[in-house]
Amino acid sequence: MNKALELRDIHKVFNKGTVNEKVALNGLSLELEPGDFVTIIGGNGAGKSTMLNAVAGVWPVDSGQIIVNGEDITMLPEHKRATYLGRVFQDPMTGTAATMDIEENMALAYRRGRKRTLKRGLTNEERDLFREKLATLDLGLEDRMTTKVGLLSGGQRQAVTLLMASLKKPELLLLDEHTAALDPKTAAKVLEISDQIINEYHLTAMMVTHNMKDAIVHGNRLIMMNEGRIIYDVRGEEKKNLHVKDLLAKFEEISGSEFANDRMMLS
Amino acid sequence: MVQYFSSLDPITLLKSFPGSIAQGMVWCVLALGVYITFRILDFADLTVDGSIAFGGAVCVMLIRAGISPIVATIVSFFAGMVAGIITGLLTTLLGIPGILASILTQISLYSINLHIMGQSNMPVSVDKYPLLVSLRYVTDSTQSAVLFFVGMIIFIFLLIGVLYNFFGTEVGASIRATGCNPNMARAQGINTNYIKVLTLGIANGLVGLSGALCGQFSGAADVNMGRGAIVIGLAAVIIGEVIFGKFASKRKAAFAWTMGAVVCGSIIYYMVYQFVLWLKFPSDDMKILTAAVVAAFLAIPYLKEKSSVKKGAAKHE
Repeated sequence: MNKALELRDIHKVFNKGTVNEKVALNGLSLELEPGDFVTIIGGNGAGKSTMLNAVAGVWPVDSGQIIVNGEDITMLPEHKRATYLGRVFQDPMTGTAATMDIEENMALAYRRGRKRTLKRGLTNEERDLFREKLATLDLGLEDRMTTKVGLLSGGQRQAVTLLMASLKKPELLLLDEHTAALDPKTAAKVLEISDQIINEYHLTAMMVTHNMKDAIVHGNRLIMMNEGRIIYDVRGEEKKNLHVKDLLAKFEEISGSEFANDRMMLS
Repeated sequence: MVQYFSSLDPITLLKSFPGSIAQGMVWCVLALGVYITFRILDFADLTVDGSIAFGGAVCVMLIRAGISPIVATIVSFFAGMVAGIITGLLTTLLGIPGILASILTQISLYSINLHIMGQSNMPVSVDKYPLLVSLRYVTDSTQSAVLFFVGMIIFIFLLIGVLYNFFGTEVGASIRATGCNPNMARAQGINTNYIKVLTLGIANGLVGLSGALCGQFSGAADVNMGRGAIVIGLAAVIIGEVIFGKFASKRKAAFAWTMGAVVCGSIIYYMVYQFVLWLKFPSDDMKILTAAVVAAFLAIPYLKEKSSVKKGAAKHE
């Protein structure tokens, strides 16, 4: 059986050759089994979001291979990779088109990976389907299908974006700190919906988060990143038994040793 | 003062209105093109100034060569489309910033239009050719005027109908999504570069068509006929939105009503234009007046928002 995702020795440097040069991904390798729900933690600039953007094809990587379910997508442009990917972003504004109706947004997502023609952009059968799906969110949005998405709250927009990402079952669901911009209560609700959707459609998912507790509670696997590569990878029972203080200790252990290295270089 | 007012003759103004309404109807096709790029695609496309003259030049030369005016007008649509596609390719394939790409196409079209016509101005007489539209139809007799207006109204309704349905298709929805949020569009698998090129093509096709009608209407194509066309198009869009925007957005099929509003905006623009000329405002200053009106109306929503932010901040203190 194919791996859901294989990242092989990915390198990416931003602003190469300038004073702002930043090594973002430094020999990143990762394999995801189908059905894996992996949470990703790490400090600022560790490369968490950069990894998701590399998979999504926001820019080309410098070297390495990205393989989704056996298909090498390293050279595909962003819009072609969309066939394989569902994405939810940190900023609730990013995932939806604000000036279009809820149902129109969903219709756009429903055509992900399909050639767009001069057929109707939204049919009545689709409306029924979308109404059904929206009802599962339990937010009352099924009665507001012709509301402009721009009028929804951040949490509602993220919920709709999640639903859109799963309308056409993606090979991989990318959640890039998708609850970071929400208040705690709404964030909890959106996380609950994420779990629900991932379980219901048996999705393989990657979730970047700053919240270590969320990273432990959700998913079957946890990875920690530092300086553009993975430094810690736990799964199953071992992950379930983790505590925030274990992760913090791990975190300090790594940054501490770096600190020592810096000191050595200075002396 | 008294002398000034007594020199104004309301009858002259009334008599000139059919002509300005007709001109507004001819230019509304351009305004719809500008609406598509500026409002839907969110792209400030200055190709317009070149592509309207391009459409005019192509149409007039074809008619003079004995081609039927209908065919010539349709060819002008495709000519404009090519101009728009070139702007699109300059910005997507070659990475030239949008506004600059459109200026490059516009300035190239100036030379191309001179080559097409061989001179800066080329007449096409309504006496010699069976033109589709002409100011003469409006002024000649009541019968020909009625025929002209009925024809134009049917044409505009058809055009709005076609555009309304097009923007309801899968491709049309992709255009709206690309204009609203290109990141989201790409995440949904939409090739935003292709959409940009396509939309610029369609919008400039309309502008070329408008140029063909303009050339026939005024009886000549001129290499300078497009100077400031984008500003006139924007003025029409903004006037339409300001006067009818709220009304249109509350309707069912709001998008069709909004396009109707743009058409009305174009007609109102030319009626106001006529009115200001009638007030003996120097015609040389009309462009700066138009620019001032557009600048003011574009600034109003921004300033409103800014002042409401300030008020909000004051409340918090």
